[in-house]
Amino acid sequence: MLSDFRIGLLAKFLCFAIIAVGISLIWGFTGIMSLGHGVFFGLGAYCMAMYLKLEASTSGVPDFMEWNGITELPIIWTMFKNPIFAIGSAILLPFLIAWIIGYFTFKNRIKGVFFSLISQAVVVVTVTLFIGSQQITGGTSGLTNFFTVFHVPLADPGTKSFLYFLTVSLLAIVMGIALILTKTRFGRLLIAIRDGENRLRFLGYNPAVFKVFIYALSAAFAGIAGALFVLQVGIITPEMMGIIPSIEMVLWVAIGGRHSILGAAIGAILTNSAKSFLSETYPEFWTIFLGGLFLLVVLYLPNGLVGIVEKFKVRFFKKEKKEEEKGATDSLVS
Amino acid sequence: MSIIVTQLFNGVSLGSILLLIALGLAITFGLMNIINMAHGEFIMMGAYTTYVLQQVFIQYLPKAAFGYYFILAIPLSFLVAALFGLLMEKTVVRFLYERPLDSLLATWGVSLILQQVARSIFGAPNVAVVAPEWLNGGLTLAGMTFPYKRLFIVALVLMCIFLLFLYLYKTPSGRRMKAVTLNRDMASCLGVSTRRVDSTAFAIGSGFAGIAGCSLTLIGSIGPTLGTSYIVDAFMIVILGGIGKLKGTIIAALMLGVLSTFVELSTSATFAKVIVFAFIIIFLQWKPTGLVGAKVRALD
Repeated sequence: MLSDFRIGLLAKFLCFAIIAVGISLIWGFTGIMSLGHGVFFGLGAYCMAMYLKLEASTSGVPDFMEWNGITELPIIWTMFKNPIFAIGSAILLPFLIAWIIGYFTFKNRIKGVFFSLISQAVVVVTVTLFIGSQQITGGTSGLTNFFTVFHVPLADPGTKSFLYFLTVSLLAIVMGIALILTKTRFGRLLIAIRDGENRLRFLGYNPAVFKVFIYALSAAFAGIAGALFVLQVGIITPEMMGIIPSIEMVLWVAIGGRHSILGAAIGAILTNSAKSFLSETYPEFWTIFLGGLFLLVVLYLPNGLVGIVEKFKVRFFKKEKKEEEKGATDSLVS
Repeated sequence: MSIIVTQLFNGVSLGSILLLIALGLAITFGLMNIINMAHGEFIMMGAYTTYVLQQVFIQYLPKAAFGYYFILAIPLSFLVAALFGLLMEKTVVRFLYERPLDSLLATWGVSLILQQVARSIFGAPNVAVVAPEWLNGGLTLAGMTFPYKRLFIVALVLMCIFLLFLYLYKTPSGRRMKAVTLNRDMASCLGVSTRRVDSTAFAIGSGFAGIAGCSLTLIGSIGPTLGTSYIVDAFMIVILGGIGKLKGTIIAALMLGVLSTFVELSTSATFAKVIVFAFIIIFLQWKPTGLVGAKVRALD
């Protein structure tokens, strides 16, 4: 049986798996590498955290604002008194922002590496904004010290297990949505965008519409994950949405297998388990290990763990060999 | 008036450092389609080389010689960064040509490893490099003071650009590099060893990052994450200037430097970053290929 601490960790990893599913949709299936999903994760987390913070502050104004001498709640915050609004915006705000960024970049056919770098710049800008506007966001220390959600204590074992099952079921729903999307015609269009966007254009489709939608959808997934993360972990800081976490999210998917929804989710859970094990035992070692993983996966395992499994499958069930091999070479084009 | 001139000067000096960083990226990106996220770590290497050289001078050489360490540090940091760049090209990057997104991930892995190594060797806290005596003070002109350090950096960058253009236009090796940039297959057919050109280009690009790191020691203290703070700006410059266009990179770097110092003057540093970024996005709406973007008919 797992201890409470381990269950808490697992719940956290399941949140990350939700993000990984979104990234697999946009990167593995559509061929767009976003290095900015930390922002959407953070936005979702901050929306939820603002509600929790308001519920935790007895005087009506969060403690860090009091320290800054603010007695009146800023207008941005007042709306977050309503939990429905907070939860709704945790999902819709990332969706909308991704929609806007996506609209302006994909419409102008900014793609590939350019999009990745721009999405990374979005991270830098957002993080500096969040750190800079300390009166509203709490600055570098972020938002923490939450006690209750819907007036139920967060530390309560019942709440904890409820949140855990909520995360599991939301992960299942997100994976279900992603699997349905990829198995249908829409999914084939995404793969077509990845493998030959211009050919799709010549067939009369507008790839930008699909790209914007899938980008926004994966951002919404990240937002959901952020909200769940805050409920379980109880803190969100600008650092958690920075460049390093954003790129790490891509790594989870790369390790699991970018072309598989299930693989991405498993990759997120496995990588983070390895991370928490390694950083507990060798705190210094983890970054080197992380960097080494990047190198190994990119150089030798372009299809991640799923790729290894498929290779074994081919070895043991030789009759499917031809199709499998064909599929493997196809998916290398990304 | 004097404020505008001082700000303009500050902008140019900031832009020239960014330019030095972006030049290396522009070479590797334009020539080899490689996104080198470890470029920031070559900056760090240059900075730490300068630091080590300074320590050596303090410990082993007479006090009178100390003033000249910086002159020696410039070529040395170029060499160190270029050697590591060459090593990285031979061991990692060469497997990733034509896979730009993957090259981004792999080189980021390298950057993480290098940062941790630097942290283990030099410690996590920042270390300061003492500038030589002759770089302290400033030039006073019509009531305005221009610090020697910043003037020196601008001059250094000008010299680097001059040498780079000399290399590209006057030497056989540089011409081969240009040929590969223009048409890799054709150059290969004509007997140019594209493999060797790639290695050279990567080494030169990394070396420029090393010089940038060396000059950054004049501005502030240095730490393992020194490169990270500049790398995103440098990439934005490369995109804004147009891929593989050195002229575009130069204009974009100066533009960004001047723009951000002026915006910073009227608002805050935080806001400046947002505005400059918004400017880049808006500009790309108008010219998606950058300032000096090449028109290509190629389709996938």
